[in-house]
Amino acid sequence: MAAKLMSMREALGEAMNEELERDPKVFLMGEEVAEYDGAYKVSKGLLEKFGPKRIVDSPISEGGFAGLGVGAAMAGLKPIIEMMTWNFGIQAFDQIINHAAKMNYMSGGQFGLPIVFRGPNGAAHMLGSQHSQNVDPMLSNVPGLKVVSVATPADAKGLLKSAIRDPNPVIVLESEMLYGLKGEVPTGEHLVPLGKGVKRSNGDDVTVITWGKVSHLVQKTLAPLKEANIAVDLIDIRSLVPLDEELIYESVRRSNRVVIVEENWPISSFGSHISDIVQRHCFDYLDAPIAKVSQENIPVPYAEELERAALPTEHRIIETVKHVCYR
Amino acid sequence: MYHESDGVIVANKATTQVASDLQKKFYRQMLFYRRFEERVNIAYSQQKFSGFCHLHIGQEALCVGLQETLHDDDYVISGYRSHTQALAKGVSAEEVFGELLGKESGCSKGRGGSMHMFSARKRFFGGHGIVGGQAPIAAGIGFKIRYSEEDSICVCYLGDAAMNQGQVFEALNMAATWNLPVLFVIENNRYGMGTAISRTTKIDRLADRALGIGMKSEQIDGMNVIDVYQSITPLVAELRATSSPILVEALTYRYKGHSVSDPASYRSKEEVKRYQELDPLVQLRDEMLGADLIDEDTLNTWDKECRSTIKEALRAAEEEDDPAVADLHRYVYTEEGSK
Repeated sequence: MAAKLMSMREALGEAMNEELERDPKVFLMGEEVAEYDGAYKVSKGLLEKFGPKRIVDSPISEGGFAGLGVGAAMAGLKPIIEMMTWNFGIQAFDQIINHAAKMNYMSGGQFGLPIVFRGPNGAAHMLGSQHSQNVDPMLSNVPGLKVVSVATPADAKGLLKSAIRDPNPVIVLESEMLYGLKGEVPTGEHLVPLGKGVKRSNGDDVTVITWGKVSHLVQKTLAPLKEANIAVDLIDIRSLVPLDEELIYESVRRSNRVVIVEENWPISSFGSHISDIVQRHCFDYLDAPIAKVSQENIPVPYAEELERAALPTEHRIIETVKHVCYR
Repeated sequence: MYHESDGVIVANKATTQVASDLQKKFYRQMLFYRRFEERVNIAYSQQKFSGFCHLHIGQEALCVGLQETLHDDDYVISGYRSHTQALAKGVSAEEVFGELLGKESGCSKGRGGSMHMFSARKRFFGGHGIVGGQAPIAAGIGFKIRYSEEDSICVCYLGDAAMNQGQVFEALNMAATWNLPVLFVIENNRYGMGTAISRTTKIDRLADRALGIGMKSEQIDGMNVIDVYQSITPLVAELRATSSPILVEALTYRYKGHSVSDPASYRSKEEVKRYQELDPLVQLRDEMLGADLIDEDTLNTWDKECRSTIKEALRAAEEEDDPAVADLHRYVYTEEGSK
């Protein structure tokens, strides 16, 4: 398949462009998505091409326009609801958790919701506590939602296209820090199925499981770990719900050691869930306790050095992997 | 008309006559809903089902008068007090009973319960349990109507206390700004659970919330079905013609507690009695008897018919199957997409 070098923001924009073209029921709504071209320029050019009926600037009312999306989806449209950041999306948790996630279930299957809620998630750079939160543990805890976290431009396009076509509510987690990241992206029809993880490197010494922005930090540790004679089987799960459990178990049965790297607070984090299922399904294969590298259990601070120390670092990842490998 | 400080609606008596057939139809519908909810109350006390259960007794006039102005392809969405609104939209008594009893035959296949009646087929979009949460969803239905250039409208019922929820403000603002064809209807029964609305809200006239939104509004007497019908008819016609949303405040009163488990000790017996003197059924009955449209025998016959139909619906619902535990995980996700 032909491919093109593009940034993450272009890849996400291309996914929406193609799906808007493909299905007239798809529309995009959010703060600054139309005339401003998107706060992070993800929706650049879409207003010009599809017009104000389908590319809609919302008021700053996250609960309101998330709920509007729920109603529109119940009535048969396929909304893409952009949260300028998931920190603001917390305002919409009532609509996402109480309404979107339960509508099909509590109506006995009458109201499936083909809706996407997407936007950047987690700490960026010196944005302070209220703009640096990860919602993946919170939303992956809710049955009825699917949750994906995109780390490369190609996955961003393929996962967002699949999310838009899915008949269920899908949460798409992006990152401000990755919008400029460039990569080869297949042109045209490129779908990454929800629920399939991917190997970012192969090795038999330890399984490292990660997703989203922090996966790039993990990749930087591969070379120094290789120098220490540790070959890493690196899994980017990509999809938190549904989770590609078999990919994880196959790797753990070979490596016998597991490190989970996440930008989540450690308590009730998504990594805690992975740790739980791995110990239940691979107990006899484990040669060391499962280790987790999380962010510090504090609101994310502003000052640059404090912020860096609050999040997973290369040093902490390397030390943890060595510890698990008894090196 | 208004809720006086001592809590009585001073009603504008309907001035124009409506056809006697319509009066009879309204009476029989209100009677059916009254008897239905009474039967629900008994079934609950007999422990035929459990959970939260909010009755509409005393508030029947609004949904009867309003429903008469709607078409089959109009959408209705509501809060957790919505058994009779589901019935009005065409969901059968047996399906509503089935849902209350948690049966597979219920209108939400027993997965919803009292607060979550749904019927995609009848365009009854729930049955929602979070105060005010249905308002943005209604705006979304209005958005879909405009997007697909349908002729229909959406009616969104809200309680008085929902007017203090932020999401309701957000929904009204979006609906007004984007001209979404939604009739927002406040059922002002004067209490948010056990708290008098006057204790939590500065303004007396909740319809005035529309002033700051730039939306048309009107206050109506929700205890008089003819008044409801005559007030709503031109509003719905205007909504169909212009697509501009309207906020209606219907003054009404519930005779029972917030839910069946609430003895309503926060209000006086005298207050309840004063409202019961304005009972929507009594008002219409007296008017029809006074005009010699009906006699006592006919009223008794209708009552017997209602009771018998309802009894039979409950009996039939009770005989239906419970959902299979094997289906516990069914409907968490769909493979089909939206209807």
